[in-house]
Amino acid sequence: MIAFVLVRLFRAVVTVLAVMTFAFVVLRMSGDPAQVLMGPDVPQNVVDAFRAEWGLDAPLWQQYISYFREILSGDFGLSMRDRSPAIELVLERVPATLQLTIPALLLKLCIGIPAGIYAALHRDSAIDRGVIFLAILGFTIPSFVMGLVLVLIFAVTLHALPSGGIGTWQHALLPAITMSIGGIGILARFSRSAMIEVMGQPYIRTASAKGVRWHDVVRGHALPNAAVPIVTIVGFMVGSVISGAVVVETIFSWPGIGRLLIVSVANRDLAVVQCILLLIAAVMVVSNLVVDLLYGWLDPRLRAQPAH
Amino acid sequence: MTNLVEIRDLRVAFDGVPVLHGIDLDVRPGEALGLVGESGCGKSVTWLAALGLLPSKATVSGRVRLGETDLSGAPRAQLEQVRGGRIAMIFQDPSSALNPVLKVGRQLCEALKLHRGLTGAPAKAEALRLMDLVGIPDPKGRFALYPHEFSGGQCQRLMIAMALAGEPDLLIADEPTTALDATIQAQILDLLARLRAEMNMATVFISHDLGAVAQVCERVCVMYAGRIVEQGEVGLLFDRPRHPYTRGLFDALPRLDGPRVPLVPIRGTVPDPRNLPRGCAFAPRCAHARDFCHSERPDLHRQQDGRALACAYPLPAAPATQDTAPARREGVHS
Repeated sequence: MIAFVLVRLFRAVVTVLAVMTFAFVVLRMSGDPAQVLMGPDVPQNVVDAFRAEWGLDAPLWQQYISYFREILSGDFGLSMRDRSPAIELVLERVPATLQLTIPALLLKLCIGIPAGIYAALHRDSAIDRGVIFLAILGFTIPSFVMGLVLVLIFAVTLHALPSGGIGTWQHALLPAITMSIGGIGILARFSRSAMIEVMGQPYIRTASAKGVRWHDVVRGHALPNAAVPIVTIVGFMVGSVISGAVVVETIFSWPGIGRLLIVSVANRDLAVVQCILLLIAAVMVVSNLVVDLLYGWLDPRLRAQPAH
Repeated sequence: MTNLVEIRDLRVAFDGVPVLHGIDLDVRPGEALGLVGESGCGKSVTWLAALGLLPSKATVSGRVRLGETDLSGAPRAQLEQVRGGRIAMIFQDPSSALNPVLKVGRQLCEALKLHRGLTGAPAKAEALRLMDLVGIPDPKGRFALYPHEFSGGQCQRLMIAMALAGEPDLLIADEPTTALDATIQAQILDLLARLRAEMNMATVFISHDLGAVAQVCERVCVMYAGRIVEQGEVGLLFDRPRHPYTRGLFDALPRLDGPRVPLVPIRGTVPDPRNLPRGCAFAPRCAHARDFCHSERPDLHRQQDGRALACAYPLPAAPATQDTAPARREGVHS
């Protein structure tokens, strides 16, 4: 069990390092912050002074080393736009994003999983077909289309809900629903196929043959086995609570991490972008780590083989 | 003696394709009955249908009586009481027949709670006793292990222990040794025979292994393409098979004694249930078939010597010569 945890911890650290390195290199190779920030008409000596001030004149590897030193000492750098600490800029946007992504996540779980399981247990019924149809619809329609359609119906036509901005809980309704629909579809499909697979296993027949009541067969014997594949998908969704809102925040002018990321990339605000990417990677990695540990808890066979 | 189970005209169809064409079968209290035939002949389906364990796409008709209880069309709650309580079933692949994410002790205790109302310490004590009874070494130490920590043979022992938990009147053993090594097979067969004697529990032994059937059973039903084609005392059928299919099954067995003779396989394969021959289903593979066999299907008729036979031109009733009898029939008398 200890080896199981250590291997996965090591993997998590490597993943975060890889993301940081990738972000660092690509950001610096793909554009010049000085050009973007000051425009094309600024004299060369001003640009050079700006570069020197932000350490952009040093060779890439030197920048990289000092970046790592600063990160390790807890310094995430300053925003080039207003010189406030990048980490503060990022963290103050987190609550807004979570206001959308957590309700969306709950919607996905509370609708997607039960719908999929119900469909699996009533396979080939009208409800099953309905669930499959809606699920496919849900995850094939891109969220920007879905968002605009919902705005058209609920904001423009019915005047029932605001079309954008942040404020009351009604403001969060449309973006959260938009964000959840694809996930509901994916989870419903996954839960359904996982459950169908499990219900066909010999141990389910064994449980029925020994007289276990139908509901207890489903609850006590099938669900714990179907949980492993479902947890995988849920883990991925939990991992994207920070990053998953980029498109929807933009559509609904929601001042969250996603909008900050778009603006900062456009402005080449290096420290802010790096900080956001680091946060996204960290959340994703932590949720993957939790999923891995859950696997071991859910399926005793996986505990036996820690390193593979 | 009244029958423990009476099956009458049991028919099963999957998606409209009939796979069981009216089975009549009795099981007497305490007896050991073998169901023999190639894969897909309906041996397992008969009992899965009787216990209501077939998927919903299967349509089942006919009557199944267990003592005074009519199982056909019984409500789910009643069937759940019978399953594991009066009729228990064990399956072919023991490693996948136990739930991989539940501790074996818990799976055993579940059956004890369902059928004998045992919970807590008494349930655990009884589960340990059952594990010991079926020959699991160190039951205490292995109570809290998961199925993957047991070998295939031990998993089958656990399945048997679980089946015994409800103190059933009838144990259906569906190919219980097929997935196991030869030495383990023998141990499991011995265990089943011993438990049957000790607990006075009827056993239906579903197998395509005639040697195993001979070792364990008193009476044998030979099934082919969803019908019983020959049925009788095990000695009778093994010494003097009269249906060409029964005879073919024996001829395909390797001999352990006497001169080495080439095995005679039954030519052809089991017919597709969607496309059964018009007459006797075995006729296309039968060396003795005549025109009649291809157009008319013989019914199962009781013979003078007590067996039931469904063949228009059966093999002679005289004893088979020594070199056609199966080598492993010694098991009958052991």
